[in-house]
Amino acid sequence: MLGTDIARQALSLDFSIQEVHKPMGEVIVVTSGKGGVGKTTTTANIGVGLALAGRKTVLIDTDIGLRNLDVVMGLENRIVYDLVDVVEGFCRVKQALIKDKRYDGLYLLPAAQTRDKTAVSPQQMMKLCDELREEFDYIVIDCPAGIEQGFKNAIAGADSAVVVTTPEVSAVRDADRIIGLLEANELKNPRLLVNRVRIDMVKRGDMMNIDDIIDILAIGLIGVVPDDEKIVVSTNRGEPAITDDKSPAGQAYRNIAKRIMGEEVPFLNLEGDNRFIFKLKKLFGIKAT
Amino acid sequence: MLDLLKIFTKPNKASKEVAKERLKLVLIHDRANVSPQFLEMLKSEIIKVITNYMDVDESALDIQLTRTKSDDGKSTVPALYANIPIRNIKNSGR
Repeated sequence: MLGTDIARQALSLDFSIQEVHKPMGEVIVVTSGKGGVGKTTTTANIGVGLALAGRKTVLIDTDIGLRNLDVVMGLENRIVYDLVDVVEGFCRVKQALIKDKRYDGLYLLPAAQTRDKTAVSPQQMMKLCDELREEFDYIVIDCPAGIEQGFKNAIAGADSAVVVTTPEVSAVRDADRIIGLLEANELKNPRLLVNRVRIDMVKRGDMMNIDDIIDILAIGLIGVVPDDEKIVVSTNRGEPAITDDKSPAGQAYRNIAKRIMGEEVPFLNLEGDNRFIFKLKKLFGIKAT
Repeated sequence: MLDLLKIFTKPNKASKEVAKERLKLVLIHDRANVSPQFLEMLKSEIIKVITNYMDVDESALDIQLTRTKSDDGKSTVPALYANIPIRNIKNSGR
């Protein structure tokens, strides 16, 4: 008896060593509470960024009944099976995954459009995430708006969370609620993404700046994405803006993808290039604000 | 004419300051999860203490979480507002 116990221990030890060699994928949920702040755009851009960096990545759309990640990615014509088909055992995961031919190692698992959020349970999502973890470096989950079943499903299998907000009272308020709910569900240290920042309005004092928002929400920052017309254009085309060298939002998403991979990247200077004025102010002894 | 006067008076507060203040207050409510039950509990505790010293009209007692001007008058801060009508002060309380 004792002998088999030792053997079992040795076996489990062996497994843990193997895990060190081949690390399991990380499951990241992109959430916000409020709708229309850019969760889907963020998921798509982060996904492309990670794939371009050579990480095998799968994006899961959990917005059952209101799927959109497929159109933002430009993959809407290639859907055969969906998330509900997978969890109901109607097909295998591999059959439902859509391979994005433009980016090596990028896959999409679309949501079902003709069902509702109750078609999937948190337990099923956990099982699915664990299965995908073996195969992929990153699993990025696009969470639906709201705090009901769809939200609970989306966060169930996640290891970490990105909370998307815009510099508006309503979005920040909902982000606060979401942060509370994430922490109550053992998703500690969510990171904040402030989207659609208008630098001109921040300068005028007509928009909350990043420090204001961080101060109120008291969480770490993963990135700041400036308001950018190119996002609309890229969504029209179904090509995430991260690949556009001239897009300020694309640049911001490139930095965010790097931070997700653990790189330290300085934040974009949102006050514009004020270095000259800054130096001038310093010269005259005016405290730079 | 009014516009002209505005030049001499304090300029309008930047709208982001208004946003911040309103957000902070609304989050105090959200985070405290100020449910009617919470206020009811608070109310009964306050009554318990106060009735040791005075006779109050319990049915007319009004307690709410609200906002008020800060001491320097520059911003608004959260406040617990309690309106407790006193019927009679007890002699033993002196």
